[in-house]
Amino acid sequence: MTKGYFGQYGGRFVPETLMPALMELEDAYLKSKKDKDFQKELAHLQRTYIGRPTALYYAKRFSELLRGAKVYLKREDLAHTGAHKINNALGQALLAKRLGKKRVIAETGAGQHGVATATGAALVGLDCDVYMGTEDMKRQSLNVFRMRLLGVRVIEVSVGSKTLKDAINESLRDWTTNVRTTHYVLGTVFGPHPFPSMVRDFQSVIGKEARKQILGAEGRLPDYLIACVGGGSNAMGLFHEFLDDAVEMIGVEAGGKGIETGEHAARFAGGSIGVFQGCKTYLLQDDDGNVLGTHSVSAGLDYASIGPQHPYLKDTGRVKYTYATDDEALAAFELLSRKEGIIPALESAHALAEAIKLAPKLSGDKIIIVNLSGRGDKDVQHVAGIKGIEL
Amino acid sequence: MKESKITKVFESLRSQNKKAFIPYIMAGDPSIEKTKELVITLEECGADIVELGVPFTDPLADGPTIQRASERALKNGVTLKSVISLVRDLRTRTKIPLVLMTYYNPVFKYGEERFVNDAKDAGVDGVIIPDLPPDEASSFIRLTKKSDIASIFLLAPTSTEDRIKIVVKASRGFIYYVSMTGITGSQLLLDGSIEKSINNIRRITDKSIAVGFGVSTPEEAEAVSRISDGVIVGSAIVKKVQENSDEGIRDFLLKLREAIK
Repeated sequence: MTKGYFGQYGGRFVPETLMPALMELEDAYLKSKKDKDFQKELAHLQRTYIGRPTALYYAKRFSELLRGAKVYLKREDLAHTGAHKINNALGQALLAKRLGKKRVIAETGAGQHGVATATGAALVGLDCDVYMGTEDMKRQSLNVFRMRLLGVRVIEVSVGSKTLKDAINESLRDWTTNVRTTHYVLGTVFGPHPFPSMVRDFQSVIGKEARKQILGAEGRLPDYLIACVGGGSNAMGLFHEFLDDAVEMIGVEAGGKGIETGEHAARFAGGSIGVFQGCKTYLLQDDDGNVLGTHSVSAGLDYASIGPQHPYLKDTGRVKYTYATDDEALAAFELLSRKEGIIPALESAHALAEAIKLAPKLSGDKIIIVNLSGRGDKDVQHVAGIKGIEL
Repeated sequence: MKESKITKVFESLRSQNKKAFIPYIMAGDPSIEKTKELVITLEECGADIVELGVPFTDPLADGPTIQRASERALKNGVTLKSVISLVRDLRTRTKIPLVLMTYYNPVFKYGEERFVNDAKDAGVDGVIIPDLPPDEASSFIRLTKKSDIASIFLLAPTSTEDRIKIVVKASRGFIYYVSMTGITGSQLLLDGSIEKSINNIRRITDKSIAVGFGVSTPEEAEAVSRISDGVIVGSAIVKKVQENSDEGIRDFLLKLREAIK
């Protein structure tokens, strides 16, 4: 495969100003992979700061209700700051320090990556600014305040659709301007090379742990892995370690109000190949190559594009992709809360919605692992609003 | 490989010891009809080459002024296809070299080969794609080489010597030197660093170098023209267009033209 590509997807489509920084980053990232001190420091912080390994939990009551396969939850919601995002943000913060950068910036949709980057920056001692669309700031106001508590400037993005994609545009503009002093902590397996590979590698700890844990619990590998896919980092983090095994994998996109309404973020159901924000991948776009608006109840999945390794895995048939609608995700959100005492993030609720569909079709000896990528505290207010309840 | 019209413009200016004035406007802002008039105005006011911006939903190399112009043009339904038609219409009225500045996705979606053919037929002389570095442009370079369309690539203050070599080799017509680490319309810094970078590039090539990003006043244009082969002025002109006074635009353009020498 060409460097920086997954089949025909990937690459490095950015203004010249950023090209040297990406090469420098690639170099530092490749060195860090082989650097024992770096890996030791990262492993130490994963254990003592993030609280890894996160549990692999057999959701017994949830499984019994579905009357089929056994459903395990990989509890990334228990990681420090409440989602898998910290795995990548901390790794990149350490890398930024090595690069001699004084400042990091990040985009955020649901606010989880913003919080994670703010946390990593505080831990390592870097200045941090986070870009966030005003639409997302409204529905994730709790996370906005969390970031401010962590000493971060949250910069409002009120252009375009005022969501994640516009926050990424603004981050890229900032990075272009301040590239000499600043590292851009991209939050998902997206953008120009080396981000898709690097972020995947930082997240692959999820799958490495899950493999050991399921072998310990069941003495065998699972039959299915399910994860939600916005940019796709929690999914890649879980899937990557199992790609060579006989394990089926399902990525779940945001079906929003339904594909037929056009108000969704299901890139594989309604998109086509394009080049966007640094890479060649699938994209929701019109016939003239302009990027379409998206909708999802979950800010973290409300994005017009998808990390480039995903379309490659789709084309090769290795991973199947489907979607869950807002309503299905909300139903899963409530069901898990009531049956297991775990309030999932609305993003993760999309993966649960697929498990709710799949498990009953399988026999009781089958095993599903769902990546519970984040906790739902941040969504409580938004869900209350949807139900017409004022808090 | 035929010599592009843009290369000839620079050769002719060089023989007269002059520098190129390259204004940028957003196609379709405020309307396609107004853009046609503006191109004629630009020519009358002494532009050597005109850059036509193609609107895009996510212009990540652009500052607020051009972002908003892009939004207005998109609202008017302007697409890459309609900008190519605009060039075709303009060719009945003017021969001034026209360069399209577009992001890559509209070109990718249109189809590179079809785009190069249609652009050439319509009378486009050059293309600038800020998010398509030469590293990702092998097919685009091959296709434009077959036509007489200039493939104009960008260099930046951060470009290393290796990058300069790659960009110089890929560029036809001229090399677009980005004056600063930043986006269009940012504040220009005239501290000698641009001259130093241009001298570095000149050590490697005798291709023409035009400077853009942040040039907003006649004084800045003059300073930049003294150290380069041409000056690109974008956001400042787009702002004047938005203020919508024909006289104001003309006056500003004439002052810029006079300053560039």
